[in-house]
Amino acid sequence: MEVSVENITKSYGFQKAVDSISFNVKAGEIVGFLGPNGAGKTTTMKIITCYMTPNGGDVKIGGVSILAQPEEVKKHIGYLPETNPLYKEMPMIDYLKFVAELQGVPKGKIRDRIFEMIQVCGLKNEKYKKIGELSKGYQQRVGLAQAMIHDPDVLILDEPTSGLDPNQIVEIRELIKKIGREKTVILCSHILAEVEATCDRIVIINKGKLVADGTAATLRKQAQTKEIVKVTIEDGDRNEIFRALQNVETIELVDLLPDYTQSFEIQSKADLFSRKAIFKLCVEKGWTLTEMTPVERKLEEVFRDLTINN
Amino acid sequence: MKKIWIITKRELRSFFDSLMGYVLIVLFLGFCGFFTWVFGNDIFLVNQASLQSFFSIAFWTLFFFIPAVTMGLLADERKSGTIELLVTKPVSDWQIIAGKFLAAFLLICISLAFTLPYYISVASIGKIDHGAVWMGYLGLLFMSASYISIGLFTSSITNNQIVAFLIALFIGIFFHLIFGLVGGSSSGWVGGILRYLSLSTHYESMARGVIDSKDVFYFLSIIFTALIGTELAFSKRNISN
Repeated sequence: MEVSVENITKSYGFQKAVDSISFNVKAGEIVGFLGPNGAGKTTTMKIITCYMTPNGGDVKIGGVSILAQPEEVKKHIGYLPETNPLYKEMPMIDYLKFVAELQGVPKGKIRDRIFEMIQVCGLKNEKYKKIGELSKGYQQRVGLAQAMIHDPDVLILDEPTSGLDPNQIVEIRELIKKIGREKTVILCSHILAEVEATCDRIVIINKGKLVADGTAATLRKQAQTKEIVKVTIEDGDRNEIFRALQNVETIELVDLLPDYTQSFEIQSKADLFSRKAIFKLCVEKGWTLTEMTPVERKLEEVFRDLTINN
Repeated sequence: MKKIWIITKRELRSFFDSLMGYVLIVLFLGFCGFFTWVFGNDIFLVNQASLQSFFSIAFWTLFFFIPAVTMGLLADERKSGTIELLVTKPVSDWQIIAGKFLAAFLLICISLAFTLPYYISVASIGKIDHGAVWMGYLGLLFMSASYISIGLFTSSITNNQIVAFLIALFIGIFFHLIFGLVGGSSSGWVGGILRYLSLSTHYESMARGVIDSKDVFYFLSIIFTALIGTELAFSKRNISN
């Protein structure tokens, strides 16, 4: 099911928490939703899940508007809120049954679905406990189980792996990927490595505005218009090499890497490439080129650029 | 309708899971029983086969008892954030409110059902006016429904249970006592309006065994006004809850 967010705006008093954001998520796609604290991520999630109504704009899920038919939309959404609220005094099984009934799972299937969720989320040993008696990681699993119990077409997860141990994180990521093959998944997270590992596409918002939308690779490229390479040149004097490199026409900046190594970081002028020129220079001077690697910018840096400079 | 019942079931179970249901029923029966049978203007003192003394004490016990039942219904869910889970499920705000209203109402019905032995015992010792007793119970139910709606409303405007409890009592005391007192001592149309607004006048006429469509209309309008207020307050959600 396709989720299309169309120009949604939400203000709290005079402050615009979300300012005309639009993006699309297709079925079979996992989108990572990123942004610094207070950027409007949670507000956007709360609007998509019909918890709050936007001041302007609309969200369509499978072509159905959240404003016109919220109840129809809600049937297709599985939602794990950021704070993972749960009825602490309820036994876990009763809670899953309650959610399944509310979601309209047919009576005959409820048992099977609960059993399946207990398997998938690794809750087998805690079956008969009250939710309040479970550790935080297990509570997180219960939150995931309730989000998926009705086999929703759209899954919205706000920080799904918080509080889980490393093994469980890997399992849950695998699970999200598996679900993402057929379903639409929107994943909010602060952990960039997680987003990069699980998501097909990344949407970044800052101060309520959309600042980037694309795959991790395209985002890196967008943010990096200048070529940067790291080279190591041996059999020559460090300072001499440095001066020679600075004189190459296409090179804008040469950085000596610290610790008296023979390595340099070279940034070319915009839209120009200097790798060939560096090689030729070494041949001319009789130096040995032992390393030449393009430097890719980390997603963290891209994220910082997009959210601090804007 | 099915969705409402699912919510009601969960809410009722949580009353009894948290012991609150048991405590409230025991307290209610304790107070009512003590003042009906043992102390004060009790049945033996009146020396008539009627439940009048029970109805007048239940009138006051329920007044305090109901806000304690309703205070957490919405306030607690807002505080713990579970309201977000409930609202994002395929149910409307009205279904949530109706489910919670019904749960509180059923809890009161259960408590009142435990007082039926009073009726049976009194009926076995003397000639009782059966109509008056049933009308009295009906009056209690109408009154309870009114206070539940008011309690639900105050629970929807705050996420603090104690605040919800106190505001419910504050609003309740006007209907329960103040309108009647002030209305009784003032004359003209102001007094008339105040006397009409007083819940005790309507309740007492029912407890005497008289049913009037005016009284029923009075209770129903309190219930609907309070529930509409609840819906308005509940549908205004902000980021923190």
